[in-house]
Amino acid sequence: MANEILSEQINKDYEYGFVTDIEAENAPKGLSEDIIRFISTKKNEPEWMLDYRLKAYRYWLTLEEPHWAHVSYPKPDFQNIIYYSVPKPKKQLGSLDEVDPELLKTFEKLGISIEEQKRLSGVESRIAVDFVMDSVSVKTTFKETLAEKGIIFCSFGEAVQEHPDLVKKYMSSVVPYTDNFYAALNSAVFTDGSFCYIPKGVRCPMELSTYFRINSAGTGQFERTLIIADEDAYVSYLEGCTAPMRDENQLHAAVVEIVAHKNAEVKYSTVQNWYPGDKEGKGGIFNFVTKRGVCLEDNSKISWTQVETGSAVTWKYPSVILKGDNSVGEFYSVAVTNNYQQADTGTKMFHLGKNTRSTIISKGISAGFSNNSYRGLVRIAKGATNARNFSQCDSLLMGDKCGAHTFPYIEIKDKSGIVEHEATTSKIGEDQLFYCKQRGIDNEKAIGLIVNGYCKEVLNKLPMEFAVEAQKLLAVSLEGSVG
Amino acid sequence: MLSIKNLHASIDGKEILKGINLEVKAGEIHAIMGPNGSGKSTLSAVLAGREEYEVTEGEIIFNGKNLLELSPEDRAREGVFLAFQYPIEIPGVSNVNFLKTAINEIRAYKGLAPMEAKDFLARLKEKQKLVELDGKLANRSVNEGFSGGEKKRNEIFQMAMLEPKLAILDETDSGLDIDALRIVAGGVNKLKSKDNATIVITHYQRLLDYIVPDVVHVLYNGKIVKTGPKELALELEEKGYDFIKEEVNA
Ligand SMILES: Nc1ncnc2c1ncn2[C@@H]1O[C@H](COP(=O)(O)OP(=O)(O)O)[C@@H](O)[C@H]1O
Ligand SMILES: [Mg+2]
Repeated sequence: MANEILSEQINKDYEYGFVTDIEAENAPKGLSEDIIRFISTKKNEPEWMLDYRLKAYRYWLTLEEPHWAHVSYPKPDFQNIIYYSVPKPKKQLGSLDEVDPELLKTFEKLGISIEEQKRLSGVESRIAVDFVMDSVSVKTTFKETLAEKGIIFCSFGEAVQEHPDLVKKYMSSVVPYTDNFYAALNSAVFTDGSFCYIPKGVRCPMELSTYFRINSAGTGQFERTLIIADEDAYVSYLEGCTAPMRDENQLHAAVVEIVAHKNAEVKYSTVQNWYPGDKEGKGGIFNFVTKRGVCLEDNSKISWTQVETGSAVTWKYPSVILKGDNSVGEFYSVAVTNNYQQADTGTKMFHLGKNTRSTIISKGISAGFSNNSYRGLVRIAKGATNARNFSQCDSLLMGDKCGAHTFPYIEIKDKSGIVEHEATTSKIGEDQLFYCKQRGIDNEKAIGLIVNGYCKEVLNKLPMEFAVEAQKLLAVSLEGSVG
Repeated sequence: MLSIKNLHASIDGKEILKGINLEVKAGEIHAIMGPNGSGKSTLSAVLAGREEYEVTEGEIIFNGKNLLELSPEDRAREGVFLAFQYPIEIPGVSNVNFLKTAINEIRAYKGLAPMEAKDFLARLKEKQKLVELDGKLANRSVNEGFSGGEKKRNEIFQMAMLEPKLAILDETDSGLDIDALRIVAGGVNKLKSKDNATIVITHYQRLLDYIVPDVVHVLYNGKIVKTGPKELALELEEKGYDFIKEEVNA
């Protein structure tokens, strides 16, 4: 089936590059305490939230932009960004009929249905979607169904209003605003995002999904996601992202925090397809994201799976703090770069509890003139007895003008810890391609086949619907890169 | 079916094939023998359309079509199959998925709809039996971690699945023990029909105990220097290639 889909998709350019003609209400360009107050007022936030933002902002002012990553790009002009953009009219959306028809068209073009009924009938596994356009969440589906189980799935803004105690308790507990430059920026100006709480003993009956889209010109997207799985809870969470094709670079600086309590499990899957810029490297999204989860208590598990095909520059290290004993952290990643894309991505696994386990499988694919780096840290703290890590970092090169780099850092403070690291670099072989052709399979299809085979261990971790989308994306991203 | 006339081919400016002439008719099995380095694999690569080789002179007509004008994949779709001397591994791509893709690509070329899943499965079962291929191998990644013999057997399995018109077996016998040899040869014999043809490239006469050729050619230094009936193979086995070399150089 994968191949049929691949064949449909081959020869497509970035297909999500359309702009939706929706009136938006924007804040003036630039960043100041006034802008932050403006955002906070617009969102009708309580005092403690504004205080948090301002603290983060003042701290951010003291920071320098980080430069340690293996990427180079023009410094974003932080005064030339719109930090708040809301599709108008902004009112409570009770039913689908009230949604702006232009917005509905956007959904359709993106191939996501917000008509819950359709989902119910057609697809075997149901997905609840929170759709975030520019700065705000515009529609969350299946809320009522989920509420019956006590699951809270709503926009971050709504959570601040409706569940302030939960937000107060967990926000910033995994990624403090002092964490890094972009986390501080996000904490100051974030406008919306998704919030999810799975109560004790509940297995979330459907995939929860957030779809992020940057639409307006000149805007940055700074969303926050907070996922909490209480004791014995389980949730699988999906994140997708697209943006229009624009000549200028747009900034996306998100923060994602995950908390897993005792025996809880959270699976977080991302298919990142922000606009990568054109073939000459003009335009595209700067994707500077801080994602971290904490296995707070015993026997909990957090798994990150990501397929990264988009963005001009990616800087992202989904990490797990393994605090509870016997907790498990996983990172499965495919990162594709083509043309002039640059990616510096990987993970950090912090082993604090006893018998903690982590697995890292990273598959980098570079084509064109791109640069693709894996950067990972495995730290085993003193007292984290019998911690184990297995890391495998593979790089696949297509052509001879691209680069692949691996930066694994290992710190073992407890003698009982065992860390295994394997790394390979290979070139997509003329021999492999010829072998496929000799069996009647053309170049593009052969590349799709070989690349999907190479990424199989990671793609297998994705929920079904996402795996299909990811396979398509891989083929499209690498179109025309060999032969 | 296949007509090769005065074929010259070179790689990196070095001429390897120096005027090959060969006529193969439907229903025939031809054996091409010759010492190492004589150009046997080069001939099969040129037939399959490997781009590194430059054809400097001559023509290849396959079922009325100028083969040299077709891309490698179109040659395959027209029914040319090459069992590789050194089969390639494709990690993560299952044999089954690989073959399904290949079959449907070939069908699409002929304007046919993709094969029904149940028909595909039926063919898979049938051919697996034919070449006595372990069912587990069919589901494993293409050639990944296969032993030398398993790889060769997998080539014959693919051949059986794709049902080509012209199959070229490049030293499929090398590295096979006697049982595997018998199975591989049995597969080739069972697939023989009046509509298809096979070119068996081999170094040793051994394989020809099992696959009986209609014609035997000796390739030496880029040329076919001798053609004869199946007994020629026995003569070669007995006397070695030296007598050919002497004849040629005399
Ligand atoms: N890529 C190449 N570059 C240069 N010479 C080559 C290359 N491939 C094959 N040859 C030469 O071509 C000749 C024929 O090789 P080959 O067709 O593999 O012979 P055979 O299959 O009969 O053993 C040999 O002398 C070999 O060294
Ligand atoms: Mg050879």
